[in-house]
Amino acid sequence: MSELKLELKEKIIEQLNLEDVSVDEIADNDPLFGEGLGLDSIDALELIVMLDKDYGIKLADPKEGRKIFESIDTMAAYIAANRSN
Amino acid sequence: MKPVYIHSVGSVSAQKTFENEEFLNEIREYNDTTVKVIDPNYKDFIPPAAARRMARGIKMSAVSSKNALTEAGLENVDAIIVGTGLGCIGDSERFVSDIIKNDEQFLTPTRFIQSSHNTVAGQIALGLGCKGHNFTFVHSAISFESSLIDAKMMLENDEAITVLVGGVDELVDHHVETHRLIGHIKKEPLASQDLLKSKTEGMVMGEGSHFFVLSNEKTPSSYSELLAVRTFNTISKDRLNQKINRFLESQQVSIEDIDLIILGNNGDINFDDYYKQLTTGIFANTAQAYYKHLSGDFDTASGFAFWLANKILKTQHIPDVVKLNAIESSSLKTILIYNQYRGENHSLTLIRKC
Repeated sequence: MSELKLELKEKIIEQLNLEDVSVDEIADNDPLFGEGLGLDSIDALELIVMLDKDYGIKLADPKEGRKIFESIDTMAAYIAANRSN
Repeated sequence: MKPVYIHSVGSVSAQKTFENEEFLNEIREYNDTTVKVIDPNYKDFIPPAAARRMARGIKMSAVSSKNALTEAGLENVDAIIVGTGLGCIGDSERFVSDIIKNDEQFLTPTRFIQSSHNTVAGQIALGLGCKGHNFTFVHSAISFESSLIDAKMMLENDEAITVLVGGVDELVDHHVETHRLIGHIKKEPLASQDLLKSKTEGMVMGEGSHFFVLSNEKTPSSYSELLAVRTFNTISKDRLNQKINRFLESQQVSIEDIDLIILGNNGDINFDDYYKQLTTGIFANTAQAYYKHLSGDFDTASGFAFWLANKILKTQHIPDVVKLNAIESSSLKTILIYNQYRGENHSLTLIRKC
């Protein structure tokens, strides 16, 4: 699981162009949206595409994203339980 | 109709032009087939959260437009008008390449948002909170002049008091590759100081962003008055003199009134004849300048010429590095800018000290 969390942090930094953020600065339970990493609704769309492309997970209900993308912990747990690749 | 004045300038180019106090004091020479801008420290101008999704063209324009607004002492304008040959072509290329690579699936929103030509004008408006006229002109080498014409008409007819006008294009790999393939970019590197001696086809391709605040209200710090702008899709070489004479006559200006002509020579052996015809002909006794050895050539490179012309009028000084001949004008009042690309999309822009 810790490998997956590290991978997620790297992907988020790269795909969302978080140039000034390093992997060490993202705690596993930091909120990704709002006051934490400060991601926004466009980033949420990028993350939904990333789940589909990299882990074969299609979010049937985009509202699910609110819980799944709460933190690296919640994302990793959801991916581990639902991934198809 | 009201007169139109240039209140301020802002530039990001292959030279250190992003600091408005500077005027080509330090020249960056190159020996290449392409030349990129000298990047300012974008973090000084753009919040990191906003910058992370910005394409190069947007970042350059965020700086040059901000510099122009700051110099004009304005926080907002009535209209934003931008000229661009290809918009944010870098993101357009990446978006199309994602479509191909991912079999038309997994397309992300950021690159799509930035893949349109009007992204720059839109992003500047979002940043300023400007809800006024927002327009983008995409007309190859006359994109910038088309924007000037639109702004001029708005200001003359009192539809706006202040307009932010700019031209921007960015240099990206695939675009360079395709232009190299069709012979529009030089095959061999060329030293900037040798541009006029070039005996080969094609240009040294560049990039840049130039923004100006135009207004129909003169201020003590105004750079110049914009007298006229005219564009032509095609002009045959044998009719060039006639077109220029008619353009000047329409402004009651004679060749002798022109204190400096700024020309868009890009070192392409097939098309620099247009300029040679003028420098050895009707403008043989006029002070002459060129600039594409400093900026590279791109669809809105004439924005650099407009910046240069305004700086020359303001400082009453022609930097040696842009001089094409040794003729000195006793005073610099009226400047004509002439540009064309590959024998098409000609433009004439006339400004006068105010």
